[in-house]
Amino acid sequence: MISIKNVRKSFGEKNVLNGIDLEVPLGETLVILGRSGCGKSVLLKIIAGLLSIDGGEVWVDGTEITKLKRKKMNQIRQKIGMLFQSAALFDSMSVAENIAFMLDQHTDLTQQEMRKVVDEKLKLVDLDGVQELRPAQLSGGMRKRVGLARALAFNPEIILYDEPTTGLDPVTCNEINELIRDLNKKLQVTSVVVTHDMHSAFSVGTLMVMLHEGKKLAYGTPDSMINEDNPILQQFILFGAPDQILNIDDPTLRKYTGRKTE
Amino acid sequence: MTPPTSTPAPTNGLAFLLKNRLYNTLSEIGEAFRLFAETIFQIFRPPWQFDLLMKQLLFIGFNSLTVVLVSGFFTGMVLGVQGYVQLKPYAVEGSVAQFVSVSVVKELGPMITAFVLSGRIGASITAELSTMKVTEQIDALEVMGTNPVKYLVVPRFLACSIMLPTLTIFSTFAGIFGGYIAVVTLFGFNGSFYILQVQQHLYIGSVFISLIKATSFGMAIAAVGCYKGFSISSAGGAEGVGTATTGSAVISLITILVLDFILNHILFNLLGFS
Ligand SMILES: Nc1ncnc2c1ncn2[C@@H]1O[C@H](COP(=O)(O)OP(=O)(O)OP(=O)(O)O)[C@@H](O)[C@H]1O
Ligand SMILES: [Mg+2]
Repeated sequence: MISIKNVRKSFGEKNVLNGIDLEVPLGETLVILGRSGCGKSVLLKIIAGLLSIDGGEVWVDGTEITKLKRKKMNQIRQKIGMLFQSAALFDSMSVAENIAFMLDQHTDLTQQEMRKVVDEKLKLVDLDGVQELRPAQLSGGMRKRVGLARALAFNPEIILYDEPTTGLDPVTCNEINELIRDLNKKLQVTSVVVTHDMHSAFSVGTLMVMLHEGKKLAYGTPDSMINEDNPILQQFILFGAPDQILNIDDPTLRKYTGRKTE
Repeated sequence: MTPPTSTPAPTNGLAFLLKNRLYNTLSEIGEAFRLFAETIFQIFRPPWQFDLLMKQLLFIGFNSLTVVLVSGFFTGMVLGVQGYVQLKPYAVEGSVAQFVSVSVVKELGPMITAFVLSGRIGASITAELSTMKVTEQIDALEVMGTNPVKYLVVPRFLACSIMLPTLTIFSTFAGIFGGYIAVVTLFGFNGSFYILQVQQHLYIGSVFISLIKATSFGMAIAAVGCYKGFSISSAGGAEGVGTATTGSAVISLITILVLDFILNHILFNLLGFS
């Protein structure tokens, strides 16, 4: 569904992505891990066609998008939902108008029909009664969830999530993780999730990739990632994951926890 | 510690600086014209969102009407006093109404209105669009399949092009009225004679010139405002928004003056209006 080939991107002198290859087959959820500033958000924006690249190819739904005309690109974008790291809500509009934006722009739905969709999507992200508020009146976590509701409003086939659970309390976090999994299982949505939250990463991911210094450091299923004998990756997983979700008896992990077995 | 691997290219020669500066300025002008061309193209492409245009028209009208009226009124007063005092030694102070109305209609009405709007509307367009850019709202528009030029620039461009001539009519009347108040109260000028003179010297051609100028200034204010808003780097932050906003006001003032000169040359010199 999404396929990235040898993608390079730099900002001026700064090389951010240095030849990345990735595959996300239909219905899979790829989790992108990596240190802050390593180019995860940049990669998501490249997939959404928001940033041009300096080399390589990006295929989405069978089309190479890097040299696409706006009209064609917009057709593909109707299948993509994106949650921005900053939520990127339109601050001149109410929450309801934000969520209904794509419906308003691309369909002939009546106000009433749009309101139904808005209510339904807000329920999905466990918010209610905020329809008429402005984004500035919401808390950070609420804004994030409205951003998610907006990304889901057009029933996308591909969803790009930039840190969906950052800033949420553990209970809401868990609900969002379930929501991502549900969309994936019930609707065969293809997803890319950027996250620093290991709990979330292991609960939603069917594939994982770790970026490091513009390169792909490791790529595989969550199980294979745990068993990958790579210090940078293992530190990343261990420092972020509560013991309960990892099998501490795993020999590879034990090596990096510095803990002797009992 | 690793030493720096390469020394930066020399960036201090005067020739180098000038060349760089010229290159940047030219490529900016090129970019601005590209945005302008795309805006014109998008204006004629359906779907048309009249609600967006309406919102901008009201915004500009509400925000500027009072300031435009007050500025126009005082400009007229100044012209009245100056005109009367300057014309008196030649004993032609009777033509002061002609002097006021002709200057206001052909030159100062559109100019004052454009100055007010470049400070208020042009700057606010830049502030709004550049904030949307740095907070990823423009990206969000793109990702939802909406063309930001069509959605954001077109309504602002049209609204400015419509509201500038509209407000110019108000400022022109305010100016003529200001002149009337000044000469009648300060110099005891005959009021009905003033009005008669204004009627005699207000030609339809002058009004046409006034509106042509105002419309061009409106387009320039919107084009500069939108371009400066869009051209901010998405990594610019709040500081970038501030710089872009003040930059926008200054550039549109200069653009208006240059445009006024060009239009005067074309209309009065080449086409022979008077
Ligand atoms: N518009 C831009 N202009 C210049 N540099 C940029 C721009 N966007 C990103 N960068 C640079 O690219 C690098 C990667 O940024 P990115 O936002 O992708 O990081 P990230 O992996 O998402 O980090 P985080 O986990 O903190 O969100 C950063 O070093 C940043 O400075
Ligand atoms: Mg990021």
